[in-house]
Amino acid sequence: MKFGIVVFPGSNCDHDAYHVIKHVFGQPAEFLWHKDRDLRGTDLVILPGGFAYGDYLRCGAIARFSPIMDEVVRFAQKGGKVIGICNGFQVLTEAGLLPGALLQNASRKYVCRHVRLRVENATTAFSRAMHRGQELRIPVGHGAGNYYLDPDGLKRLEGEGQVVFRYLDNPNGSINDIAGVINQTGNILGLMPHPERAAEPVLGSSDGRWFFESLVGGSAR
Amino acid sequence: MIRPEIIAEHGLTPEEYERIRSALGREPNLLELGIFSVMWSEHCSYKSSKPYLRQFPTRGPRVLVGPGENAGVVDLGDGWAAAFKMESHNHPSYIEPYQGAATGVGGILRDVFTMGARPIAVLNSLRFGATAHPKTRYLLEGVVAGIAGYGNCIGIPTVGGEVAFDESYNGNCLVNVFAVGVMPANRIFKASASGVGNPVIYVGSKTGRDGIHGATMASAEFERDSEAKKPTVQVGDPFTEKLLLEACLELFQTDALVGIQDLGAAGLTSSSVEMAGRAGSGIELDVAKVPRREEGMTPYECMLSESQARMLIVAKRGREPEVLEICSKWDLDAEVIGQVTSSGRIRVLENGEVVADLPIAPLTEGAPVYDRPRTRPRGLDELQRFDPLSLAPPRDLAEALLNLLSSPTIASKEWIYTQYDHMVRLGGVLLPGKADAAVVRIEGSKRGLALSVDCNSRFVYLDPYEGARLAVAECARNLSCVGGEPVGLTDCLNFGNPERPEIMWQFAEATRGLAAACRELEIPVVSGNVSFYNETEAQAVLPTPTVGVVGLVPDLIRCCGATFQREGERIGLLGAGSGSLGGSEYLKVLHGLTAGLPPRLEAAREIAVQRLVRQLVRAGLLSSAHDCGDGGLLVAIAESCVGTRERLLGARLSLNTGSIPAHAFLFGEDPSRILISFSSSAQQQIEQKCSDAGVPLAILGEVSGNELLVDGLLRVSVELLSKAWRGAIPAVMNRPP
Repeated sequence: MKFGIVVFPGSNCDHDAYHVIKHVFGQPAEFLWHKDRDLRGTDLVILPGGFAYGDYLRCGAIARFSPIMDEVVRFAQKGGKVIGICNGFQVLTEAGLLPGALLQNASRKYVCRHVRLRVENATTAFSRAMHRGQELRIPVGHGAGNYYLDPDGLKRLEGEGQVVFRYLDNPNGSINDIAGVINQTGNILGLMPHPERAAEPVLGSSDGRWFFESLVGGSAR
Repeated sequence: MIRPEIIAEHGLTPEEYERIRSALGREPNLLELGIFSVMWSEHCSYKSSKPYLRQFPTRGPRVLVGPGENAGVVDLGDGWAAAFKMESHNHPSYIEPYQGAATGVGGILRDVFTMGARPIAVLNSLRFGATAHPKTRYLLEGVVAGIAGYGNCIGIPTVGGEVAFDESYNGNCLVNVFAVGVMPANRIFKASASGVGNPVIYVGSKTGRDGIHGATMASAEFERDSEAKKPTVQVGDPFTEKLLLEACLELFQTDALVGIQDLGAAGLTSSSVEMAGRAGSGIELDVAKVPRREEGMTPYECMLSESQARMLIVAKRGREPEVLEICSKWDLDAEVIGQVTSSGRIRVLENGEVVADLPIAPLTEGAPVYDRPRTRPRGLDELQRFDPLSLAPPRDLAEALLNLLSSPTIASKEWIYTQYDHMVRLGGVLLPGKADAAVVRIEGSKRGLALSVDCNSRFVYLDPYEGARLAVAECARNLSCVGGEPVGLTDCLNFGNPERPEIMWQFAEATRGLAAACRELEIPVVSGNVSFYNETEAQAVLPTPTVGVVGLVPDLIRCCGATFQREGERIGLLGAGSGSLGGSEYLKVLHGLTAGLPPRLEAAREIAVQRLVRQLVRAGLLSSAHDCGDGGLLVAIAESCVGTRERLLGARLSLNTGSIPAHAFLFGEDPSRILISFSSSAQQQIEQKCSDAGVPLAILGEVSGNELLVDGLLRVSVELLSKAWRGAIPAVMNRPP
């Protein structure tokens, strides 16, 4: 499975995602420049963490207008797999590929620490190596991770099993403790925690491996 | 004709003005005066400190670049090198905490990546006034948010630091930022403008009117009107600096560059003058070509602006298109604004017309150097004679411990470091709060860097020579506790007004002590910064010569944190103390005193204990190692008990205090001591290694239960200890206004 990692000028977790995919999981990976209009035959697109265009306005608000995003939207609409991590999740909601919005943290402060997550849906392409109810210890690092969705939308999201990860110690005030959601057709995932920061034991936690194993194992099957 | 008021407004003395006139053989014009004033400011010229900095040992087998460049560089082996430097942004941070601190981070990062290194870690050393002071909370909140806002966005982890509080900082906070980058050892870039005819290229943000005379502002003490100086503070733009960082790293791959320097203090003026000065060349610039944010800017404003995120590049002639193309890929402004000459002069043009023409030498090596008068402060003898044991011991040792743990200087800094992205770039092996030093891996290597920044300014105040030696020793000890071997040091010397003889005496003594300790511990000084005039209405800060040390961890699998790991571990103390309470946190917190004689550092003992602990860590024999610093042995034990939030552990100890009063034994701050824990199976081997090294080892007890219990002295639940230690800073910050 070939991974494409989008590089917006202010992406700063692009190298991290690349490193884990390429060097920890031994999968082919390529950077995709934001000004390009070519996904270079990638099977899965990652929108990494960072501050895409500085995020002096709403996080991710400008990124969705970049040339590469036209291609990502087209790819996603055809069923291509797309993952947005942190800032990538913000971009996906701004681009309308995922429901809801990510507001400023309830504390009004950036928060960087390990959090505990519960896997709510282990049937997705992004969580199939996990089991429902499994606990994961994975870091977050964001100033705007407070997920919000209107009551009707929320009811649908919960009813359809689109909440994939939930916080056990909510760091940002997200509604229903939501940490990660999937679209209705199951090919687009957004999550605030950083699985790539928990993929090597030397860095203190390797629970993020379950996430990458879901992706990699999924393609092998 | 320049009027005397104009000269004074430029921070120049009448004598200095005379000197300028005689160097030129004529009157300078206003722009020329501006150029002289920033180049001769304390901040840029080091005119009060230069002779003292010359005593530092700056050479060593690993030193690749010593002081004088944008950052120092040491060899890490395996083809890697580390570039690092520490710098202050005290004055701007007091005036405007968010932008002041943010641009402090931005400035030091540019210094590091200018050398060709990708920054991989930032640390900071912060000082604030008493927590009860009305401004402290505002400054702490703003400074932390500024550091976070900048570092998190540019994507360089803030991995550690130190924060202390004392009323001497009520009118001047300190914000020192220490940045470290890594690069291939054979690709170091320098700030030199050589090669006549080579193009001088401006890259980065457009120039605006912000930060004009920032360097001059930082070279004077505050009076009541510090608020009015807000316009001298620059505004940070981490996104643009991120573009600049990536563009520069790409440029370094091309081989098209001759030299590069960031535009920091004194902007275009200092970078062009210094680059030409280092090369012994000359430089010619046309300010009309400088990309600008505002219309109608004068040459004076262009040359003195301190707008952020700008670089000056000297490229090889004919390679301009490559440079401009990479800049355009990253959406950065880039313009050829001049060229290298052989004139030994800086010529500033505006649309081809000469607006300033000055010889370089008087601006750089010809800047004034002052041997300012020094006097030992009145009252110091009396302070040193104070005997802490003349005070009654505390009635309740457990209560004393809880008071110390909730002193904001000792308390957990979680409220601060969780606002910093300390994990981006996947380097954090030992993260904030886990160990005495941060440990960051070098990508693609099993090696890592150990990083720490330290200074106990009370010790320095009470005895500047010993205090500075103790700062170096403590910083190196912190690295040794995680298994890191110190390889280089950077400093940031924060003092009051050098025109006062008592301040100058502190500075002279502290630099003498710093030099001595670096020689004794064999750690070269490769870069540094001096910040004077940390003084408001004649009230100076405690002298604070902060040091940052970089250490090498040969194998990341073998490094060691500071918290107890499991029940049943043995607890031991390497080294021995004499119960020294002079200048201690105990005296400050329990008696409100900064008095007594600080402990003496015995170099041989310090070296032995550090070498030993590194050996034990690398042999995998230890579960934890923790320096006994602020608050002494008992505070160190309590921190090791409660350091891991999810797993508080108790300890049962039996201490042989000998002839030392119990409270002095528990709270004394003697150096050269390290608290360790280890599994019982390792005990014999550890005892053997201690005896081989000639370092005393006292077995104090073991990790057990959910109380800290010291036989016959105190008993307190770890829950309470944790609450005191974790709750103190949130309590200050969440206090209703």
